[in-house]
Amino acid sequence: MKPAFSVIFLTTLIGAGQGLFLALYTGQLYSFFDLLPAQDSRSFYAAGSILALAFLCTGLIASFFHLGHPERAWRTATQWRTSWLSREVIVLPAFMGMVFLYGTAHWFDWRTPLFELPGSRAVDATIILGALGTLLCFALFVSTAMIYACLRFLQEWHTPLTVINYILLGGSSGFVLAGAFSAVDAPQMSGFYAGWAIIITLLAFITRTASLIRNARIKPKSSMRTAIGIKHPRIVQKAQGAMGGSFNTREFFHGKSLAFMRALKPAFLVMVFFVPLALLAAAMTAPSVLLVAFIMQYIGLLAERWFFFAQANHPQNLYYQGI
Amino acid sequence: MTQLALVIDLNVCVGCSACVTSCKEWNTSGAAGPLCDTNPYDAEPTGTFFNRVQTFEVGEYPKTETVHFPKSCLHCEDPPCVPVCPTGASYKRKEDGIVLVDYDKCIGCKYCTWACPYGAREIDEQQKVMKKCTLCVDRIYSTTLPERDRRPSCVLACPTSARLFGDVHDPDSVVSRAIRESGGYALMPEWGTQPANHYLPRRKSTITIREDQLVRADNPLKVDGKLPKPSRQEPTLDDVTSW
Ligand code: SF4
Ligand code: SF4
Repeated sequence: MKPAFSVIFLTTLIGAGQGLFLALYTGQLYSFFDLLPAQDSRSFYAAGSILALAFLCTGLIASFFHLGHPERAWRTATQWRTSWLSREVIVLPAFMGMVFLYGTAHWFDWRTPLFELPGSRAVDATIILGALGTLLCFALFVSTAMIYACLRFLQEWHTPLTVINYILLGGSSGFVLAGAFSAVDAPQMSGFYAGWAIIITLLAFITRTASLIRNARIKPKSSMRTAIGIKHPRIVQKAQGAMGGSFNTREFFHGKSLAFMRALKPAFLVMVFFVPLALLAAAMTAPSVLLVAFIMQYIGLLAERWFFFAQANHPQNLYYQGI
Repeated sequence: MTQLALVIDLNVCVGCSACVTSCKEWNTSGAAGPLCDTNPYDAEPTGTFFNRVQTFEVGEYPKTETVHFPKSCLHCEDPPCVPVCPTGASYKRKEDGIVLVDYDKCIGCKYCTWACPYGAREIDEQQKVMKKCTLCVDRIYSTTLPERDRRPSCVLACPTSARLFGDVHDPDSVVSRAIRESGGYALMPEWGTQPANHYLPRRKSTITIREDQLVRADNPLKVDGKLPKPSRQEPTLDDVTSW
């Protein structure tokens, strides 16, 4: 497939925003159970929510560049019964709204206890909004990933690993971002976030590598023989039905050489996993490198997402052998 | 239930692209607006087509065969392109099984093209909406065209009658009979899309002639030339006429 930059930015940006929100709420839950010191509502949770919203908004704006008719975008909310794309379109603003409410509740310090859990832990509005936000956050991860994973023809994507990778890569990026944010805002939290970021990044490394290994061994279900129904091992295309190319020759081919693809794979593995992991380890003593870690990993994620799209080999390409 | 479809005979198609041009001509001049092109009269022309004819060479020289392969939306009975559409612009008609795109609803997100394994949909780069074969829905139900023209444009244009049109759910239709009797098959059956369009395979057009069929049975002595005229009394060749 031809990677579309709008979608690459959409998925990586909202992934970071979602991960950041999960990180903020994880931090809050830790302090709720008295495992970490409580942070300032306004300067930490509300400011963090604003940062998360900034990522989500930028991602949303990027997605509009993918549409031919953005003015009709409201229609995309109508087919949620069958279309994962429609579901994503619904869940993304819902999640953004919930992050907004979560941030607002922290900003105005709506901490009046609503009810108490055993152990006299007072549950307030922020805890409930955060829990709802977490649900929506995972719903968004699943919807985004299922857009790709549900297409059975694209065998590279049609695997639960796609969903797992979206969750873990978004989580990794968001926790690194939370580390970078807390390094400035609440330095005593940065070690906590860096620690979690290391765990999530390692998990993401395992699952992403698993999907790379799986994809390298895929046997395409379709062949030239099933594509045109002629049972002969040697079929060579002589004409594609177009002179200057067609939509089919532009949309489904990434146009880069095999050597480029081969080089990109280790490059993004280094940028998404090894560099951030090294920096995260260093961050235990010098938290300021976390910002560098986030930026490096984000660049790596752009490459990773580009590779994710480019690697998918659509069966329609069988009809366009001349590319 | 009706399922309209095309049956394309690969044994007959000569790859002249008459169907391509007549499809383009009809569908670019309809109420739905043009099928936009870029550089139509220049180098590297490109544009939107519902139907294209591709050519494949099968086998190794000198034992090769050229196959011309017309390719358009197959109006799948279980179309994977429809449920993924977020706007409901893509739909399959209940009454005749035609898969259509509502150009006024489509947002041009191209998601449906990812979900069609056949690459049958093309975006109109200028109108930014998805386009694909409509089976000439505006012809076949027309009340103004003469009865015999109420068939898809490509079917009418094909000089070798390689394209048949009809209801594949009606066992007595011309298309069902062709599929049944000439070994019609579907493309990429492995995906379970159940394409309504079928293709008829290449067939060897040979007849067996025995030696004795080459020899005139009424000339056992193999003497060429005019036969001697029989007399009036003799029985004639066909027992009716006499000289
Ligand atoms: S051929 Fe492609 S576009 Fe046409 S109905 Fe089947 S899946 Fe949809
Ligand atoms: S491009 Fe149009 S028809 Fe295709 S999925 Fe998007 S909205 Fe639906």
